[in-house]
Amino acid sequence: MDLSFLFFVSSGLFLGWSLGANDAANIFGTAVGSRMLRFSTAALLCSVFVVLGAVVDGAGAARTLGSLGAVNEIAGAFATALAAALAVFLLVRAGMTASTTQAIVGAIVGWNCFTGAYTDADTLLTILATWVFCPVLAALLAMTLSKAVEWSLRRLRPHLLTQDALTRLALILTGAFGAYTLGANNISNVMGVFTTVSPLQDIAVAGWRFSATQQLFLLGALAIAVGVYTYSSRVMQTVGNRLLQVSPVSAWVAVISHSLVLFLFSSRSLERQLIDWELPPIPLVPVSSTQAIVGAMVGIGLLKGGHAVNWRLIGRIGCGWVATPLVAATICVFCLFVLQELLHLSVARQQQFVVSPPVMQRLRAEGLDADTLGILDGRRYDSAQALIASAERREPLEKAERQALLHFSYRSDYQLDADAVDDSWFSTGQRQALSALAGERFEYRWQIRDALASLSEDWRPREDREVPANRLFNRELQQKFDYLYRILER
Amino acid sequence: MKFKLPTLFNRTSRVEDNIDSFFDRVVLAGLLFRQAMKLYMEHGVCVEFEEKLARVEALESENDQLRREIETEIYVHTLIPDLRADVMSLLEDVDVLLNLYEAALFKFHIEQPQFPLPTLPDLARLLDTVCDCVEVLIASARAFFRDIRAVRDNNCRVQLLETEADKLSTALLRRIFASELDVSRKIHLRYFVERIDMLANTAEDISDRLSIYAIKRRI
Repeated sequence: MDLSFLFFVSSGLFLGWSLGANDAANIFGTAVGSRMLRFSTAALLCSVFVVLGAVVDGAGAARTLGSLGAVNEIAGAFATALAAALAVFLLVRAGMTASTTQAIVGAIVGWNCFTGAYTDADTLLTILATWVFCPVLAALLAMTLSKAVEWSLRRLRPHLLTQDALTRLALILTGAFGAYTLGANNISNVMGVFTTVSPLQDIAVAGWRFSATQQLFLLGALAIAVGVYTYSSRVMQTVGNRLLQVSPVSAWVAVISHSLVLFLFSSRSLERQLIDWELPPIPLVPVSSTQAIVGAMVGIGLLKGGHAVNWRLIGRIGCGWVATPLVAATICVFCLFVLQELLHLSVARQQQFVVSPPVMQRLRAEGLDADTLGILDGRRYDSAQALIASAERREPLEKAERQALLHFSYRSDYQLDADAVDDSWFSTGQRQALSALAGERFEYRWQIRDALASLSEDWRPREDREVPANRLFNRELQQKFDYLYRILER
Repeated sequence: MKFKLPTLFNRTSRVEDNIDSFFDRVVLAGLLFRQAMKLYMEHGVCVEFEEKLARVEALESENDQLRREIETEIYVHTLIPDLRADVMSLLEDVDVLLNLYEAALFKFHIEQPQFPLPTLPDLARLLDTVCDCVEVLIASARAFFRDIRAVRDNNCRVQLLETEADKLSTALLRRIFASELDVSRKIHLRYFVERIDMLANTAEDISDRLSIYAIKRRI
């Protein structure tokens, strides 16, 4: 096996370990804290379901890589994963519960700053807004659920022991489901970026295929499981005991509120269903499970008058949330500096933005100001930041204009390789168009888009955007194009 | 084919049944105590009185065994981890009531105190009030497991009945000490009145602790 692969993948495994040490506590912390489950039982359940989620469902999500997919070189991915893992580890070591999501975002921003990649300020603001919005929503949900459960128990009057048994079962089921989704959703962040450099081969045993991606994800899931067993106990005590002493029923209310918040903001199926019912969909934004569980616990504590909540610890955790992305970004920049300047490794793919005449034509059609385009005409830029700085010399651009400029002027080498594409995601029309273009080469991403759109209606965005189903189709189409751009770039 | 519940629920329902049986036995012992005391007041220590005493004794022994079983199940299988200490204290406290029934009957059997005829109606009222007080306490203890709001109502009734029992025992003692009996006999009778009243006092103490357990039981 290639030693460089083992070296690079080690940071992914470290991130997996940090994820296990930290995020398992969000799922089972309250159950262990309320003594409804022993730590050993919780760790076993968590590990088994994380592995199942990662291997069964995680591989399916590989085509839409996690947040770290934005990092386009393996050494860069190594540094980013290492920085996120270290930031989480430092907080976990301090006995606090960290936010893995925020650590990853912080590390990516660090990578963007170091490599000159463009960071969208609006997206960053959305993420910052979720720091407030997510815990508040989880708290409100936990308060509502607490009241509802209290009312139901008053009406149903189950025996204390029956209530205890049902709560235990609910905690186990919710925890198992939470661990499964933890494995399925986060494994692409842990191992997704390493799929392209993995030397592993598919294994077929008795008609059952264990793909290379699944093997890699199993490795990542095992790292998560090791994190759960070796280090999550401390964070579980923080979540389940030090923050607030909760009853078993409240423990379940906290976990289910946290899961519901994550589900509301990450479920594409729910969004699809709401669109089908012609209801306004909930925006899909990245929310942190740590913030959700802490918010839910505070909500339950407030319902009891707020005296029992350890506000000092809450303050420390809040400061930790602010510090996490900053620490991750700083570590990431330092690691990238070491890799690039001292070890002479490439941490980001060389980017090139060329505003050629056909690009000018496209940008004009997109409504970009002629004077702005005049400055850029025929020029070549080595980073997104340089292009945007040049374009905004006269006046600031709108967000859509900036995105259009970056998208249309990005030049690379794309070749349509039918073997590289996982075509199970595409419709028949889309597959036929891809086959027809096999072997063709393109300079710009939008040329692939145009070529495919000219061959099949299935590759064309739907016009009437007022219709929710069309909006959904267009977004999925965009995801498919993003996947093709990533896979076909040489 | 009979549907079998998962082990977790089998165990739970077994412990629930045991707890219910435990309380049933205390209630039954209370009824036997009432009957035995009625017999004592009418005929003194007789065969029937001794039969009732033997049954209360057997119930006390069975309940001790049952309490240990419940304790083992709850601790070994980590059931109700947040409340198990409270539940065990409650069962031990309630078990004390059964011990008091048994001990009172024993004392009557051994020492055979002679209450003057005019005091018997007062003694009968005291016995009724005390037994009612314990029965309401048992209802309150049962409610702790199923209907938390009923605990408060029942505890109010326990307190009312205990106050009533205090008044009745004081009036009875006044009557005994105002009589022409020997001082030694008066002191002997006082011991028995206090022993009977102790049942209501103990029930009230348990109800006070039960109120705290009930507050802790709220989610």
